[in-house]
Amino acid sequence: MTEKDPENEKARRSVSELVAVCEALIFVSDEPITVRELIKILQEDGETITAAIEHLKKEYDERESGLQLREIGGGWQIATRTEHHEEIRELLKTQPAAKLSLASLETLSVIAYKQPVTVPEIMDIRGVQSASSIKTLLDKRLIVSKGRKETVGRPMQYGTSKDFLIQFGLKDLSELPSVEDFEDLVQ
Amino acid sequence: MEESKEQLVFDFDKVEPHIVRESSDQFNVQMGNFDGPLDLLLFLIKREEANIFDIPIAKITDEYLRYIRMMKSFDFAVAADFLVMAATLIEIKSKMLLPPESGIEGEEEVEDPRQELVDRLLEYQQFKNAAEMLWSRATVEQAVFTRGEIDSDENNMEVAATIFDLFEKFQIIIERHKEEIKMEIKREEMTLAQMISGMKTRLFREKVLNLMEFFGEIKTRNELVLAFISVLEIVRTESVRLTQKKTFGDIILRVNTDTAN
Repeated sequence: MTEKDPENEKARRSVSELVAVCEALIFVSDEPITVRELIKILQEDGETITAAIEHLKKEYDERESGLQLREIGGGWQIATRTEHHEEIRELLKTQPAAKLSLASLETLSVIAYKQPVTVPEIMDIRGVQSASSIKTLLDKRLIVSKGRKETVGRPMQYGTSKDFLIQFGLKDLSELPSVEDFEDLVQ
Repeated sequence: MEESKEQLVFDFDKVEPHIVRESSDQFNVQMGNFDGPLDLLLFLIKREEANIFDIPIAKITDEYLRYIRMMKSFDFAVAADFLVMAATLIEIKSKMLLPPESGIEGEEEVEDPRQELVDRLLEYQQFKNAAEMLWSRATVEQAVFTRGEIDSDENNMEVAATIFDLFEKFQIIIERHKEEIKMEIKREEMTLAQMISGMKTRLFREKVLNLMEFFGEIKTRNELVLAFISVLEIVRTESVRLTQKKTFGDIILRVNTDTAN
């Protein structure tokens, strides 16, 4: 044990070093970086890394940074805070992208809550053909096919993609509010 | 604002502003901004300030039919979905006119003919509300910016390749073949069925098929076209998945193992 110590000493980072390297990795990652990826690169255990991330998140929050560290699509990401969007838009000279139509959003919400779900099942709920919405959602890669249902006609089943989580700011599917909660809104 | 103008054409009172409709992926603008018969029904019920659990079916049916006639008079093709609902409404209405069968069984309460419709409306309403939740989430997300290009698919294993990616790849291979093939020797023609079964055998044996490599092995243009059609056919009929690890990367055809149920 004592013999290996010097080596271990070198490999082991101090808390602040670990927090710093996590921050750097999260920053450069194109997509939200998962704890598993961090474990692989940093050779630290999950608990240590999660603690480092929490520490970093607290730092961002406490100093009221213009950036936030957030969990999204199963990983961690550094992003700007919503408060500054006007100034950012002015700098980038961008307009908010056109949103999905209500028809597409309805289709998407059925798929998100009922996945895997087939086109006829979606139609039953919406009461209307949904083919064009499904095409739009596939083109935007918000949904992906999830194989075929073993029933008459073997219809294709659909589910939401990782891009869906990212675009709607969700950690994972369990973060979607329960569909029963929407009953309250019915008068 | 423009939407309410659209509504006025249909002689309907103002509708509270719906979710934006900037995209062009729908034709239901012509339907007076209703996303379907259920959407229209909910609107009518709300406008009548009726209780959804006690729908004044006669009144709502009349309004519904009035709306459909209006659509017709504007020469819009009334979608079949709207007509099916009209028939359902009329059926319910006529059932309501009949005196309630005094149940021979006695105790069993006769089911309200409206019940099924109410259930559908409530379920639809849930997803309509969920859609609005998604809409507001998307709005918030649009105010958040991340470093650089977020839609780089560099490390996303599961990005599904679209049919257009497939066409693009095919184009590249055709081009490559143009240069390679100088002389074609008459050989036995392969049929589409042979190509499909050959490809399936290989796919299910190896579970994974790199389409770039597969196309690369093929010698004639004819077979190349057959191979391409086979891919489309296999994707349509088998539980397989097209994946592309990164933009412009190779497209891989793989057998779905996890979703077979």
